[in-house]
Amino acid sequence: MYGFDYHRPGSVADATSALGGADDGKYLAGGQTLLATMKQRLAAPSDLVDLGGIADLKGISVSGGTVTIGATTTHAEVAASADVQGAIPSLAALAGDIGDRQVRNAGTIGGSLANNDPAADYPAAILALGATVTTNKREIAADDFIKGLFETALEEDEIITSVSFPAPTSGAYMKFKQPASRFALVGVYVAKTADGVRVAVTGATSHAHRGPRLEAALNENFSASAVDGVEIPVDHMNVDIHAGAEYRANLVKVMAKRAVEACG
Amino acid sequence: MSETGIGAAVRRKEDQRFLTGNGNYTDDINVFGQTYAAFVRSPHAHAKINGINTSAAAAADGVVAVLTGEELAADGVGPLICGWNIAGKNGVEAHNSPVHHALAMGKVNYVGDHVALVVAETQGQADSAAEMVEVDYEELPAVVGTGSALNHTTTIHEEAPANMCYDWEIGDSAATDAAFASAAHVTTVEVVNNRLIPNAMEPRACLAQYNQGTGDWTLHVTSQNPHVHRLVMSAFNGVAPEHKLRVIAPDVGGGFGSKIFIYAEEVVCTWATRKVGRPIKWTAKRSESFLSDAHGRDHVSKAELALDADGKFLALRVNTKANLGAYLSTFASAVPTYMYATLLAGTYTTPAIYCDVQGVFTNTAPVDAYRGAGRPEATYLLERTVETAAREMNIDPAEIRRRNFIQPDAFPYQTPVVHQYDIGDYGASLEKACEMADVGGFAARRSDSESRGKRRGLGYSSYIEACGIAPSAAVGALGGGVGLWESADIRFNATGSVTVMTGTHNHGQGHETAFAQVVSDKLGVPIENIEVVEGDTDKGPFGMGTYGSRSIAVGGSAIVKAADKIIEKGKKIAAHCLEAAEDDIEYDGGNFTVAGTDKVMNIAEIAFTAYVPHNYPEGVEPGLHEQAFYDPLNFSFPAGVHICEVEVDPTTGETEIVNYTAVDDFGTIINPMIVEGQVHGGIGQGVGQAMLEGANYDDNGQLVTGSYMDYTMPRADNLPNFNVGTTSTPSPLNPLGVKGAGEAGAIASPPAVINAITDACGGAMIDMPATQEKVWLACQAAE
Repeated sequence: MYGFDYHRPGSVADATSALGGADDGKYLAGGQTLLATMKQRLAAPSDLVDLGGIADLKGISVSGGTVTIGATTTHAEVAASADVQGAIPSLAALAGDIGDRQVRNAGTIGGSLANNDPAADYPAAILALGATVTTNKREIAADDFIKGLFETALEEDEIITSVSFPAPTSGAYMKFKQPASRFALVGVYVAKTADGVRVAVTGATSHAHRGPRLEAALNENFSASAVDGVEIPVDHMNVDIHAGAEYRANLVKVMAKRAVEACG
Repeated sequence: MSETGIGAAVRRKEDQRFLTGNGNYTDDINVFGQTYAAFVRSPHAHAKINGINTSAAAAADGVVAVLTGEELAADGVGPLICGWNIAGKNGVEAHNSPVHHALAMGKVNYVGDHVALVVAETQGQADSAAEMVEVDYEELPAVVGTGSALNHTTTIHEEAPANMCYDWEIGDSAATDAAFASAAHVTTVEVVNNRLIPNAMEPRACLAQYNQGTGDWTLHVTSQNPHVHRLVMSAFNGVAPEHKLRVIAPDVGGGFGSKIFIYAEEVVCTWATRKVGRPIKWTAKRSESFLSDAHGRDHVSKAELALDADGKFLALRVNTKANLGAYLSTFASAVPTYMYATLLAGTYTTPAIYCDVQGVFTNTAPVDAYRGAGRPEATYLLERTVETAAREMNIDPAEIRRRNFIQPDAFPYQTPVVHQYDIGDYGASLEKACEMADVGGFAARRSDSESRGKRRGLGYSSYIEACGIAPSAAVGALGGGVGLWESADIRFNATGSVTVMTGTHNHGQGHETAFAQVVSDKLGVPIENIEVVEGDTDKGPFGMGTYGSRSIAVGGSAIVKAADKIIEKGKKIAAHCLEAAEDDIEYDGGNFTVAGTDKVMNIAEIAFTAYVPHNYPEGVEPGLHEQAFYDPLNFSFPAGVHICEVEVDPTTGETEIVNYTAVDDFGTIINPMIVEGQVHGGIGQGVGQAMLEGANYDDNGQLVTGSYMDYTMPRADNLPNFNVGTTSTPSPLNPLGVKGAGEAGAIASPPAVINAITDACGGAMIDMPATQEKVWLACQAAE
């Protein structure tokens, strides 16, 4: 790891000014990607602005059928939250199956979304549940937030402050794990929402995305057998040593079916 | 059997410190004035070095020295060696052994190859300065594939035309061909034995110190064989005279073979510590472990088995291409030859066997012994072939093995490929395994799986291994440059406690407990009064180390021999003190008794008398301290049958091992708990090889599986609850009747797992690792 200057501001305003004053600064949330990258000398920020000391960014609240989770809330806290378990059990289950115990106790929802790893779980959750990402500047609908490979709508100094999830009628996330990293080789989140069935897929392509073909089929007939008739395009599927395009496309269908069955 | 003697499940003495964080590993040791090393490593698989500019690095903060191969050579430090010459076909006397410089001289041959050493005040400074060493590389095409290396358009070493290290053969080609001509059926199988990365929990490390006052070196190093490290580094690398070099291998966190070898890092640091006048510490980062630990396996083979109409094996013909990597590691050449093809008879009476092996160089990390070393490759090839033959001929896979087993009355049994098996009862292990695995109930379980949309398969593996490595004369006759005897030193202290020193090394095997049990059993000393000391060339006698499941069969036998000498001397002392003739002294369980009387001295009294010899027999030396060296009469031959049962989800290829049964014949077992743990760990590694692990280099020779993000280690949830049993035919050739147990699980399990998965998926070949995608594709093809 190269040397860097460390800041731990107590407010969002102090955080943005710390970043503004840095040569090549980075916000640090749970650090589960950034610190590992720095340890391998693959990233060399001049400054780290640690968001962990900002009280406003922590915590979970439920109001009017919407769960709002502060950006620096850890995966373990989301998984253990009675509020989340009560309102959106599939979201609590998703958080409880991210990485391993150490990752869940350090990694945060805001950090995961800002990083937008193509195989991360939370991007699928915000898309399937139609969540709203709130930042220090604005509110961003999930569909507008995910832009590409490790790419989001966030501006350079923009900080996610919280994420609001409207509770679906029912929902389920099914993850087929890459055997080494145990990230999602393919993960599919299916939710019955006020706007109809929403389906989000992660791990399969360069970034998490909605599954319009699956949504159409499931809006017509919400059953696992409806998924059988859906053709999953293989063109944009990731190809690596762990899975080819055909296999990933197959897993999208199988995970979608399992998620539909789990929705009940 | 006493509560702590041979056969008792004594809790491991060493676990107290390991489980409480009080182990003492090389990286835990820090000394005054210590500096830190970073190695500049090649980012290219194959490149010429047109120049190295170290000036910026040398001027960087905290840098003590930047050293290259030129300086190493100028100081006369010799290249790294391979200690086993393989003579080839047609009278070729020597294999091609390209010079392996510890720091590159004009050329690099794999990603991770050592180019320069940076020594600095802190690790961070050393790492930063290493990035400032400017190396002018001229990239060359890379040779990567095991099967395509021979006669590749690129030649890696001038000394190895066509990238061939050796073209070796064993067995009777003419007799084999003749048997094939009369065969009723021939089964042909092509198998890949996937390349593995060892992944010991503790990365390799060393701490080299030079004492200017005495002219002595001390090297702490992660080694399975510190005496061999000292011998090679003095005799061949010439970094220090043998008597001035102390090598200490303290607690070592796993080796699996990868810490047998003498690597560039410890040679370079031992040379450099004197040059810079400071102690030097180097600890591999995990990414360096992936790139530069000697990898394992990596064979591409074709096997043909000739059978008569009843499924009796008539002959076996095998060709293997073995990837040796970029250079020959310390024992690399022996692994795909004498450690491999000599096991191709397996547990069967196959009368004619012929195997030829081409050892090839590629632009990949050196490949050498990894848990099992050649024997897993032989077992996998043979047991895949036997299972395939059974399927092709519609013979039950257990039955085809029964028909071909060497029978218990046939021992000693001379195979067509060097080995003479001493003893065994392979049918007993098979029948016990079938019963434990409830093979009879399999059809019903398969129907149940199918009713749930799943597929179910059952796979067998009947393995044998040659352990207790090895009779020195035999090793020498086959080209080995070492003797593989073992030593033991039993030192009674005056108070009756005992210090036992052996030349083996404990890095997970439980020697501190098992060896103490042997001594306790033989000498009647309570186990808590026995200390087993290993791993320090200044303490114990010269010994050859731990690998090849040799420690109990060879080292344990040396301990018994030394204990016998203690008893012999004790009888003289007892006879004098008890005023009896020496022939009248009977020894049992630590007590020396005058036959037919109640006159007795226990061994603690004997020890005290020996050190305070006021009333003492004339002509007997004071002290109770004996040493023994033991050269084994033969290898030992553990064998057994493993049965794996899997359930497969054909929609995803998800494969669950639903039952795993291991029945092993290890002869006498010293500590059944330790042995069971060894079996569990070995099966874990074998399941890893079969389903999860595989080193993957791309066409440019870059290691794709260079971290745990992509290299899949087996984890607890990949493994079932093991169903472990034993049979026992004690070896008649060593005093304990032991055979060795460290590698059996890793040898037996890969074919059992793959035989089960292919059984579930329609029978067609699936190469290891049988990933979920491969299993899914096989299920698709079967439907």
